[in-house]
Amino acid sequence: MDLALLSALNRHRAAREAVALVTDLESGMARLVTPEGLAGDPAAEALAEAFRTGKSSKVTVGDRDIFIDVHVPPVRLIVIGAVHISQALAEMARLVELDCTLIDPREAFATPERFPNVRLVAEWPDVALPPLKPDRYTAFVALTHDPKIDDPALTIALRAGCFYIGALGSRKTHARRLERLAAAGFSEGDLARIRAPIGLDIGAVSPAEIAVSILAEIIGTQRQRRRG
Amino acid sequence: MSENLAGGLATETEILATAEAWRKAGRGVALATVTETWGSAPRPVGSHLVIDGEGNFLGSVSGGCVEGAVVTEAIDVIASGVPKLLEFGVADETAWRVGLSCGGRIAVHVVPVT
Repeated sequence: MDLALLSALNRHRAAREAVALVTDLESGMARLVTPEGLAGDPAAEALAEAFRTGKSSKVTVGDRDIFIDVHVPPVRLIVIGAVHISQALAEMARLVELDCTLIDPREAFATPERFPNVRLVAEWPDVALPPLKPDRYTAFVALTHDPKIDDPALTIALRAGCFYIGALGSRKTHARRLERLAAAGFSEGDLARIRAPIGLDIGAVSPAEIAVSILAEIIGTQRQRRRG
Repeated sequence: MSENLAGGLATETEILATAEAWRKAGRGVALATVTETWGSAPRPVGSHLVIDGEGNFLGSVSGGCVEGAVVTEAIDVIASGVPKLLEFGVADETAWRVGLSCGGRIAVHVVPVT
């Protein structure tokens, strides 16, 4: 493998971009393929499957054995709102190895005392979110109940194509939220991607129970996609 | 099995960054990748091990069972510049000798980084 190829692979990984290193097992010849560059590739079908599942594998294309070494970014979690549910959610996220970032512009809420061991950003979502570059390997949760904070954040998450988008609030609250977002130009299809009421319906009552239902819904969405 | 400075297992990011850094520093480098597993293989397909010409290594292809043999082969690959496809398993005399005691079989592709 060429050093330049290895450097390019590391650059893609650092930028959280999905990429596959495709190696001919006989000659050792290698190349990089991105999900955008699948069209016309002799191994397009196997590559699409690899990007979907995140699983590397040996495949035979024509009379050649090739190895698809696929690199998809680790899934992470962005939470808007340093509230009670987030305290439990951040801890549970750590247990399932979801890298978690918490955003809340209200400095009284977003304190390290309330959230030890969590990456905290005490900024408005439109300032805090863009540098984090939310993407389709990001789960996004809005928990403040406050449209001033949640709406701009949801707007960014929808545009970024986050694989899971959940928003806290009753059916009535959510209906009003959908009206506002529709007025801002989102289609019905876009808005259907928001999970609300948030979390699996397990009758959760306490903040920690609600955190369980949210996390279970995130995991379900992630694994379902991989099961296809 | 190798460990990083923090005491845990080396991550893929650390292994691949190390391969790049070692090569840039002028060392001979090979990258070994698990390409297939059968039965109860200890490390999944896609696991990496980076080796330099002196036999220093980082990463894991088998949780320690066959790393020694892979490192030896990798030093050959670095010297010759020719990739190798290795197989280890209980059905195989070599594998018995190097001891993949877990009962699985693995294929490991070793390529030079040039």
